[in-house]
Amino acid sequence: MVKINGVDADLAGVKLSDYLKTAGYESKFIAVEINLEIVPKSAYSETEFKDGDTIEIVNFVGGG
Amino acid sequence: MQPSEIEMRKAFEARHGQLLQEKFSSACVAVCGLGGLGSNIAVALSRAGIGKLILIDHDRVDVTNLHRQQYKACQVGMYKTDALVDNLREISPYLSYKTYTARITEENAASFIESADIVCEAFDKAESKAMLANLVLEKFPEKYLVAASGMAGIDSANLITTRKITDKFFVCGDGVSDIETSNGLFSTRVMVCAAHEAHAVLRIIAGKI
Repeated sequence: MVKINGVDADLAGVKLSDYLKTAGYESKFIAVEINLEIVPKSAYSETEFKDGDTIEIVNFVGGG
Repeated sequence: MQPSEIEMRKAFEARHGQLLQEKFSSACVAVCGLGGLGSNIAVALSRAGIGKLILIDHDRVDVTNLHRQQYKACQVGMYKTDALVDNLREISPYLSYKTYTARITEENAASFIESADIVCEAFDKAESKAMLANLVLEKFPEKYLVAASGMAGIDSANLITTRKITDKFFVCGDGVSDIETSNGLFSTRVMVCAAHEAHAVLRIIAGKI
């Protein structure tokens, strides 16, 4: 079990890049922290969710 | 009549307390983008007596900016950096202002923000926001980052919040109101979001967040 943006999800073992695609995120608009550490964009495809991970995906929308 | 530096310092201390004002006075905050968010953030921080503001934008004041940005009609055509510093010096004349009239990129961002304790992301394009957030989080883990996402349209201002992502990363906004899909930008809602960013900065400096 992992926690994504505060919601429990049964996604341990899933690759970050696969999850982002499924959930409809575009990598150029987001920042991802796992267990309070930033995940560099270059590591999205090799990063796998582990049991107990806390994942925060910040999605930026336009306007300012 | 313009008050003296001592009079202004005493006024800051009367409102914030001497200890906190000393922290505000010794802080350095970078504001990246001087549009609806950034110009309002800068005015708020200048009024609070933040000692050093670094102000970065490549653009000039346009007539379509005047409804929500802290510029005057007579400043249309000026670089935003020059116009904003003129306005800030009228508001709070004894602070230090450093400007960079340049487009912030992955390559040059570090040189603009390296002396800042806190970085405010105040761009308008989603891709630029994400670029700066990733850059600060990856390359400057010691800095605080306050960013914004979602303040377009005329939905309730009560939907705008400050979300703590980590001890050093905060995101203000409603998270969803995109300029591409919401109807327009309203000064009031953008200013609420800018005030959230500026207030997060003050709370960071005060050690209250």
